[in-house]
Amino acid sequence: MTETVIAVEDLHKNYGPVKAVDGISFRVQRGATCALLGGNGAGKTTTIAMLLGLLLPTQGRITILGEDMLRHRYRVLPRLNFSSPYVDLPHRLTVAQNLTVYARLYGVRRVRERLQALGRELDITAFFNRPYRNLSAGQKTRVALAKALLNEPEVLLLDEPTASLDPDTADRVRSTLQDYQARSSATLFLASHNMSEVERLCDQVILMRSGRIVDTGAPRELIRRYGRQDMEEVFLDIARGLQSGEVTV
Amino acid sequence: MSLSVRRIGAMVLRYGYLLRSSWLRVLELAYWPTVQVILWGFISQFFMTSSTLLSQVAGLLIAAALLWDVLFRSQLGVSIVFFEELYSRNLGHLFVSPLRPYELILALMTISLIRTLIGVGTAALLAIPFYGYSVFSMGLPLLGFFANLMVMGWAVGLMVAALVLRYGLGAESIAWIAIFALAPISGIYYPIAILPPWLQPVALALPSSHVFEGMRAVLLEHAFRIDQMLYAVLLNGVYLAAGVGVFLFSFHVARQRGLLFQMGE
Repeated sequence: MTETVIAVEDLHKNYGPVKAVDGISFRVQRGATCALLGGNGAGKTTTIAMLLGLLLPTQGRITILGEDMLRHRYRVLPRLNFSSPYVDLPHRLTVAQNLTVYARLYGVRRVRERLQALGRELDITAFFNRPYRNLSAGQKTRVALAKALLNEPEVLLLDEPTASLDPDTADRVRSTLQDYQARSSATLFLASHNMSEVERLCDQVILMRSGRIVDTGAPRELIRRYGRQDMEEVFLDIARGLQSGEVTV
Repeated sequence: MSLSVRRIGAMVLRYGYLLRSSWLRVLELAYWPTVQVILWGFISQFFMTSSTLLSQVAGLLIAAALLWDVLFRSQLGVSIVFFEELYSRNLGHLFVSPLRPYELILALMTISLIRTLIGVGTAALLAIPFYGYSVFSMGLPLLGFFANLMVMGWAVGLMVAALVLRYGLGAESIAWIAIFALAPISGIYYPIAILPPWLQPVALALPSSHVFEGMRAVLLEHAFRIDQMLYAVLLNGVYLAAGVGVFLFSFHVARQRGLLFQMGE
């Protein structure tokens, strides 16, 4: 029997008259990789911020790992982690120092061994002693991912995990995520603009526009339903306001 | 309410790493307090030749300058260190970790204490060979004065941090000017009785005024004014509760407005 790990019910977020998220509901099962897709301003980042508890919803309910995120957020946080290219780590600290601090915040046992294992896995050991600010975008992303995997989270939320990465680094990041999930049965929830990434990693897609969910399904199912070649074309249909079966050439 | 010493320690370690990363930062901590002591030391020496009051109590101005710096450094130790999280756009990661806001507050207070001890401690030690004056000669009352000024600095620092959390780094200059607004009415170098009558009740609402009155009593009358100490402690209880309350409220507002995710330089 499948277990629901993320349950969102009638979630709203208003900024004054602006409805950033407008009554969305969805469920993600344990071990699934779910992508939240949509154009800029669709409400993806707002939704992720609410899932993380960084943003309070105007209305609605979020349950992660069986806990109500509004009431018992701190019971969930040790079992969850997150990575985003838009949220940095302290610039002046070295990579090792940053990871050590976060390992202690998450209560990781045998910090040194954990750092070494992640260093090998993500190939970041060579710059462990370099200040975070001196790293390239690709190196920063791998370090942020190491931070996100420190506590071996059951739920991993990723905001554009391969944004601004070269194809080689992006591929390596995706492989790391796949390996981690295969090993741990973790649930991955990601927002992405990279459709080939979504096709490769995800078994569930939630498509958003103007704060609402406009469609949902497995990537292959959506491609078939929209009569398209790939998710890129499905995404364009959604972004341009077309429904499934309403094909333009 | 669960409190983790491990998580507080992790944050103190984070700020310790920052301090350790540059010897200039450590030097800077001691620089201004030392300059203050040198300046007031020479002023004291000059006045000692013409003032019977100061000739009786060498070091009155030096002690006042040092204690004032305890208040200033304590406040900066909370607010400036908190700004580091904004400069590095790190708040999102911090508050997705199990770290509670009150644990961050306790970590900020701890690192503020360490920074103040390094900065003001160095200046106080230098005053001994430079001017033959040891602020430690005040004895146990000094501990009470120091603790009260630290707590008041924390309270003001938390209010400044709350303002910046709410209004962004555009408000960061408040960190440098907030405490100076209180300087004229804290009676650092003169008794509160010097102030105009209408201003005296305002001054007496500050814990710092009672600390400096108490300091003068110790140095000029060799008397420990327990009443001044109690006023300072009671007022500090109110100030600290207000500082923590304002910071936590500001954190709640930041969660409502999505500021934790976006905030940075």
